[in-house]
Amino acid sequence: MSNSNWSRRSLFRAAAGMAAAGTLAACGGNNGRGGGSGSGVNLTQYFHAYGEAGTEQAIKKYAKAYDKAAVTTQWITSADFESKLFATLLTKNAPDLFEFHPQIQLIKSGQVADLTDIVTPVKDDFNPADIKSHTVDGKIYGVRMIDDPQFFFYRKSMLEKAKVEVPTTLDELAEAAAKLTTGKVKGLYMGNDLHNVIDTMIWSAGADHLTEKNEIAYHTPGVIEGLKKMRKLFTSGDLLLGAPTESWDPSSLNQGLCAIQFCGMWAMPGIQAALGDDWGVFPFPKTIDSGKQSVYNGGWSMFVNAKGENVEAAKEYVKWLWIDQKKYQEEWATDFGFHIPPRTSLAQTATKLKSGNAAEGVRLFNEFGHFDNIGWTQAMRTSLEDVFANSVRKDMDPEAALDKADTAVNRELKKLFG
Amino acid sequence: MSTTKTRDLARPAAAKATPARPRRALRGSPTFNFWLFTGPFLIGLAIFVYAPILWSLWLSFFEARFTVTPDKFVGFENYTYMLTNDDFVGSLGTFTAFAAFIVPTTWALSLSLALLVNRLRFMRAFFRSVFFLPTACSYVAASLIWKMSIFSGVRFGMMNTVLGWFGVENIAWLADPSPPWYWFVIVTARLWLQSGFYMILFLAALQNIPGELYEAAAIDGAKPGWQTFRYITLPQLRATSTAVILLLLIAAYQAFDEFYNLLSKTTWGRPPLVELYYKALGESQDYGSGSAGAVILTVLICAVTLLQGKFMGFGRGEESK
Repeated sequence: MSNSNWSRRSLFRAAAGMAAAGTLAACGGNNGRGGGSGSGVNLTQYFHAYGEAGTEQAIKKYAKAYDKAAVTTQWITSADFESKLFATLLTKNAPDLFEFHPQIQLIKSGQVADLTDIVTPVKDDFNPADIKSHTVDGKIYGVRMIDDPQFFFYRKSMLEKAKVEVPTTLDELAEAAAKLTTGKVKGLYMGNDLHNVIDTMIWSAGADHLTEKNEIAYHTPGVIEGLKKMRKLFTSGDLLLGAPTESWDPSSLNQGLCAIQFCGMWAMPGIQAALGDDWGVFPFPKTIDSGKQSVYNGGWSMFVNAKGENVEAAKEYVKWLWIDQKKYQEEWATDFGFHIPPRTSLAQTATKLKSGNAAEGVRLFNEFGHFDNIGWTQAMRTSLEDVFANSVRKDMDPEAALDKADTAVNRELKKLFG
Repeated sequence: MSTTKTRDLARPAAAKATPARPRRALRGSPTFNFWLFTGPFLIGLAIFVYAPILWSLWLSFFEARFTVTPDKFVGFENYTYMLTNDDFVGSLGTFTAFAAFIVPTTWALSLSLALLVNRLRFMRAFFRSVFFLPTACSYVAASLIWKMSIFSGVRFGMMNTVLGWFGVENIAWLADPSPPWYWFVIVTARLWLQSGFYMILFLAALQNIPGELYEAAAIDGAKPGWQTFRYITLPQLRATSTAVILLLLIAAYQAFDEFYNLLSKTTWGRPPLVELYYKALGESQDYGSGSAGAVILTVLICAVTLLQGKFMGFGRGEESK
């Protein structure tokens, strides 16, 4: 009996001890904020998971090399990045700095800090379009890390065999896809959801997302015609659909599932390794006769959480890494996937971008590129994704789909700009 | 059996122990014990369930964009917006179609599995485990297997490989909404994940049916098989069936994971939770509209559940026997 009592009491004490230990552990190191540095400042940064091998290690290497604060990196699965970032920004666990695209909602809601003072001294060395896309009312709110032009990649041998020229119009692209489709290979892959070609299709139809006055600019006859052509292409049977990976991953092209794939310049080293020299690139073709070929200049920028506890320390880190450390910036842009450094001085000297398809990618970027519009928010993007889902993938009238998007976009514009 | 002497001996001992040893106090105070054991659970419930519900209710009357501590009161504007938003209203229709199919199908499959396993004379535990194991699998993992392996749209997807043997062209199961093959993928995933759990419930209920009932029926001339099942087994399972249907309906309302993972950013096949996530919460950060939608959904779930319980006589299982 007494043994039993002693045993139960001991168990209770042990359990209490473990609970206390657990509580202390939770207060300690496993909170995503690192172990501290000499200065005692801990910074947390969020990155979406890049697909190229070595990227995570590189970001952590840069963080480790910084001696004024302990910088912890959270590497977040790509599909979850936006939702996790947005949700966390509302809490006290928000990261001190994070990568994202320039969007005015972040500024209007006071979520990102003004970085004008650290960018201004080197402003002239940045691509002017990158500076413009991060500027609101004369203040600069982010530092561009990389520019990512996106266009079509194609298998030269397959086009030669099918006697197909590189398409320059959307009609030619559809014809090429038909000729290139065989029993095992589909002519064209633009992603399962087609989201990545929405922007380029709009620009290739001679339209834009918003006007200078922040009014709707995408609802044009050219875009409607483009949507109809895209619908025809979608139902032709010449598009690869249901691929295991989305279009940001070049696996479909590399594995011979398609002859032409929409992707980004980051994929070039992987494609070169898989296909040797049997590939080339071309911009999104003209949607209508009066349109113009286009390239989406995507990319990622670094922002500082304005509501964080370490705003100044985070700004110092951003300045140190993404403004002062040119060696790291070039390594980040060209040693894994290929990206164009937003710093003009780096872009001009990056030897890996000087020849072959990489140089062609840079030319397309300069000649046909369109940059992010800071007034075009995530909710507005979703509205146009719905247009593509409804009118291209389903059979909704494009005019009606665009009307529906107008309602949603105008609601956003009214809330943002009054 | 007890004597006065023993009672006399016992009483002072208890009186001494009560103040000195809390262990005895725990046994002696049911109220204290009640709060000791339910208190932590109730605190958790209050913090993680009731507080968010109340907060959500509060948010639904404010313009809460990019914030969960808003200050601009908008009355019922968010409710009006959600109720006139055809995507949200359409998602309720999508759900209704989904529930109308998945609830009876899962019920029938679970019951069939339970009947089969219950009849087994050997390896019953093995088959019970085999059918129950998918319950332990996460919806996300199952969705990815379904999406990338079994129902991949390319030629090396498992289903397309099998169809290819019969000369059928590759099917883009999830990328093309016409024809709506995506429903087949979603429904099979959910059936695989859920049926085993409900099978266990039915199995327990089946084993509770007294054997004498079947013996009496046999003496009265009831034929084994359908007749016995129709007039004895099924009525005896009424209480369990009602509970299973109720649980299935609630689970259908809460469907999110497989839809979210299988149908990434489509405008079709969106149950209400996915619609709310995309349209109001998630990337748009419109917590006011999202909360209004959540409140509407909650009211709807409560109403349907109560109606269904009333219709099927939930809680009257014992009386029906």
